Amino acid sequence: MSFTYQAGTPFAGDGLKDITTTIRDGSYTAIIGHTGSGKSTLLQHLNALLKPTAGTVTIGDRVITSETNNKNLKPIRQQVGMVFQFAENQLFEQTVAKDIAFGPENFGVPSAEAEKQAAAMVDLVGLPQAVLEQSPFDLSGGQMRRVAIAGVLAMKPTVLVLDEPTAGLDPAGRNDMMKMFQRLHEKQGMTIVLVTHQMDDVADYADHVLVMDEGHLIKEGTPREIFQSEQWLADHQLGLPKTAAMARDLTKQGFHFDPLPLTTDELADQLAKQIGGGAHD
Amino acid sequence: MTKLLLGRYLPGDSWVHKLDPRTKLMASFYYIGIIFLANNWQTYLLMFVATMVMVAASKIKLGFFLRGVRPMIWLILFTVMLQVFFTKGGTTYWSWGWLAITQYGLTNGAFIFMRFVLIIFVSTLLTLTTQPLSLADAVESLLKPLRVLHVPVTELALVLQIALRFVPTLMDQTTKIMNAQRARGVDFGTGNLFQQMKAVVPLLIPLFVDSFGIAEDLATAMDARGYQGGDGRTKFRVLQYHQKDIFAGLVMVVLTVSLVFMRA
Repeated sequence: MSFTYQAGTPFAGDGLKDITTTIRDGSYTAIIGHTGSGKSTLLQHLNALLKPTAGTVTIGDRVITSETNNKNLKPIRQQVGMVFQFAENQLFEQTVAKDIAFGPENFGVPSAEAEKQAAAMVDLVGLPQAVLEQSPFDLSGGQMRRVAIAGVLAMKPTVLVLDEPTAGLDPAGRNDMMKMFQRLHEKQGMTIVLVTHQMDDVADYADHVLVMDEGHLIKEGTPREIFQSEQWLADHQLGLPKTAAMARDLTKQGFHFDPLPLTTDELADQLAKQIGGGAHD
Repeated sequence: MTKLLLGRYLPGDSWVHKLDPRTKLMASFYYIGIIFLANNWQTYLLMFVATMVMVAASKIKLGFFLRGVRPMIWLILFTVMLQVFFTKGGTTYWSWGWLAITQYGLTNGAFIFMRFVLIIFVSTLLTLTTQPLSLADAVESLLKPLRVLHVPVTELALVLQIALRFVPTLMDQTTKIMNAQRARGVDFGTGNLFQQMKAVVPLLIPLFVDSFGIAEDLATAMDARGYQGGDGRTKFRVLQYHQKDIFAGLVMVVLTVSLVFMRA
């Protein structure tokens, strides 16, 4: 699949070039790559906000090509919930409850039911029920972000697409939010597609990684495969997760790690064995 | 969003691009003024040739200029039709009640059409070859004499510059918010008028909130750096007239003189 911005003008710029990949149902896919590598452009193809200039995108049983009509895309938009960068910018209603209910109502859920859902969603994203009747503009930035995410989750999507959902949040807020997405993934089997610059999040949560560079898909695999070669990562302006970086430093001190530890637990386990202690718990 | 041609600058280094923005601004207005002097085939032909020479000198494809005409085409055709049907005189080719197509009507229609197209071409030429910020500089420079009358020229120019500077930013933001709301099931541009008006609310409110945020941030940033307009503030880009500008001025004089002699 390929995509060209402003095709047919002198401003035409390649967005994506010959991308072929599959994001499996129920997977947790991370898309990484430096700024301007085409990550966000790729995301917008996942719910037909952009249509490929060449090739096809298959979402569930719908096939999207450059000729697809703009009408009747609603089922896709409902199925694939999308949380944009700085999602708090999309809030507009007078109360939080109404804003969260806005999505479901657009997909035909009756008002009363949608507002009832809003209450459940506020809970899910970890906000007190009291915010429901507040204006979203009276909340803090982090709370607004949560409301926006609740607004997307209220549409009951089966796939959740996240474009740097934790950018600009404090470490605690970031951690909470990533844990919440993980719960949705584990408990409801939600397919998650995450664009991020946080290699630690990739190592901790993702089971599949796509690496983008200048509109090309340059590597694809499990986090362990991706983080294997530090040199390759550096060449593409990417880094190692903290755990892998620590393992690398320890290797220089004579330690040996196999396989490459990605999570803190894996690192601790392997380390404990080598310094002669019992298994880490 | 990509169809908006007005105010879109096409980078280049042609003769027209290099003219002083003040020259371009004044010459464009002047040229639009003298188009109204044309009133017969010869004068319109002269203006047409002159415009085409300017377009060629800008090294920009003709297609861009034609695209500038497209959004105005219905207004142009409507005006042309009025001229064709309501001007009386000369041979009558066709008539029905008080409607008639006459020789004068047809010529007038053609003239009006030419006038519209030439005006659009020239203004498109100005915006395609001049950066918006240079235009704002030019306005400031040309309005300077008004300072004697205590007109806040620098502040006006600053307002203009900021407005122009944030057009692309706000367009980007509009696209982003539209995408976010479309992802939440909003259909822009479908349904009846009422539905379409309703669909704009989730777009406009975030955009307003965002604009106020940008304005506040900008004001703080300017304060923090001690911005003070008016006297004593020098410019990084100093505007200066060159030989080209004198030549452009001469061309305008020659055109005016020719028009005065050739018009009926």
